[in-house]
Amino acid sequence: MASWQWFHRLGSPKWFYEKTTRWTQVIGWLALAMLSVGIIWGLGFAPAELKQGNSYRIIYIHVPAAAVAMAGYYVMAFSGAVGLIWRMKLSYMVMKCAAPIGAALTFAALFTGAVWGKPTWGDYWVWDARITSMLILFFLYLGVMALQEAYQNQEAADKTCAILSLVGMVNIPIIYKSVDWWFTLHQPATLKLTEKSSIAPEMAYPLILMIFAVYMFFAWLLLTKVRVEILHREVKTQWVKDIVMGVK
Amino acid sequence: MHSLPANNQHSSLTTALTTCFRREMIVAFRHKGELANPLIFFLMVVVFIPLGISPEKTVLMALAPGMIWVIALLATLLSLDGLFRSDFDDGSLEQMLLSPQPLPWLVLTKILAHWLMTGIPLMLLTPLLGTMLYLPAEGYLPLMISLLIGTGSMSLIGSIGAALTVGLRKGGLILSLVVMPLYVPVLIFGASAVNEAVQGFAYTGQIAILSAMFVSALVLAPFAVAGALRISVNT
Repeated sequence: MASWQWFHRLGSPKWFYEKTTRWTQVIGWLALAMLSVGIIWGLGFAPAELKQGNSYRIIYIHVPAAAVAMAGYYVMAFSGAVGLIWRMKLSYMVMKCAAPIGAALTFAALFTGAVWGKPTWGDYWVWDARITSMLILFFLYLGVMALQEAYQNQEAADKTCAILSLVGMVNIPIIYKSVDWWFTLHQPATLKLTEKSSIAPEMAYPLILMIFAVYMFFAWLLLTKVRVEILHREVKTQWVKDIVMGVK
Repeated sequence: MHSLPANNQHSSLTTALTTCFRREMIVAFRHKGELANPLIFFLMVVVFIPLGISPEKTVLMALAPGMIWVIALLATLLSLDGLFRSDFDDGSLEQMLLSPQPLPWLVLTKILAHWLMTGIPLMLLTPLLGTMLYLPAEGYLPLMISLLIGTGSMSLIGSIGAALTVGLRKGGLILSLVVMPLYVPVLIFGASAVNEAVQGFAYTGQIAILSAMFVSALVLAPFAVAGALRISVNT
C-alpha cells in the first residue's frame, strides 16, 4: 500500500507544485547545459558532410525536434488516459500543456526540414512520407488545441481532449503506415534522408546528445507550463494565494 | 419474476434498437432538405473542377478518382454536425443516456442511419460524377465499392468528432478540424483502389484494407462516441 502513496499524492496539485519547484530548476539547468554542449559540438566540431557540406548540420535541430514531437503526443494521450481512468486533475493539466509544446516541436521539425530541403533537394516542400506524416501529426495537435480552446467549461475541455488524443493515438500507427504505403506507391524513393546506420560516429554522438537534450528541454517546458496551469486553476485556494502574495 | 429479466432485457434491447432506428428514419425523411444538402454540395464542387483546372478530358480523367473521393469526404464532413445536434438540443440525447439500454448500441444505430442517409446516396451519385469527370470505365465498380465501405468508416470515425463537439454552440468547424486528420488512411486507400483499377491493376488489397479499417472502426468507435456523449451531455 505504501508504495502507491506517491501515485495518489500526484493527484494533488499542491503536492506536485511544491515537489517540482526543485526538480524544475535542476532539469532546466541540465537542459540548458546539454543543449549548449550539443549545439556547439554539432555546429562547431562535428565534421562536415561529404556531399552536403555544412548544410546538414541542421540535423542537430531537425531530428531531435521530430523525435520529441512524436513522443510528446504519447505523453499527451497517456496523461489524458490517466485523467479519464483515475480522474486525476493534474494529468489533465499535463495533457493540456503538452499539446502546444508538441505542436511547436512538430512545427520546428517541419520548418527546419523545409530549410534543409532547399539546398539538398532543391525544394522547400517535398511530399515525402515522413514529412507528410509529420504534417498530419501537426494537424492532430492543432485539433486537440482547438477543442481545448473551444470549450468554456474546463472539465468538458479536459475530458473531450483526452478522448480525442486517445483516438488520435490509436490512429497514429495507421496513419503512418498508410502514408508510407501511399508514398511508395506514388513516388519513386529517390529522396532518402540520411539513414541512421550510415551516419559517422563523430556526427552521431552530438546528435544523440541533442536528442536527450531536447527531451530534457521538453520536460522542463512541460513542468514549467504545468506549474503555471496549476496556479491558474487553483487560484481560489489559500495556498496559491499565499504564494502569489509572497507569504511563502 | 426473477427468471424473466435476462430474456426480457434481450428482447427490450432489440425493441429499443428498432425503435431508435425507425425514429431516425422518420426524422431523416421529414427533413428531406438536410438529406439532399450533402448531395447538392457533392455535385456543385464537381462543377468547380473543370472551371478551375481544365475542361480537357485527359486532365479530368487523371484527376477523377482522387477528386471524387476528396469531395465525398468533404460532403460527409458537412453532414456530421447534424448527427447528434438536434437530439442534443431537444433533450432526446439525454433520454438515450438515461435509458437502461447500452449506449454504444444505440449510438451504433444512429450511425447506421447516418450512413444509410448520406454514405449510400453519395455512393449512388458517383456514376453521374464519374461521367462528368470522364472516369474510365474500369473505375466505376472500385469507386462504388470503396465508397460503400469508406463512407461507413467515415460515418463511424466522424461520429466521434460529432460527439466531442455537440456541446459546443459553434462546433461545425472544430468538428472538421478534429476529424480530417483521422480520415487520411481512408482517403489514401479509397482513392488508390480506384487509381489502381484505372491503371489495370488488381485493387482487392486496398478494398481488404478499407474493410479492415471499417471493421476496427465498427468495433471501437461506438465506445468512444458513447464516452464522448456522456461528457458532452453531463458538463
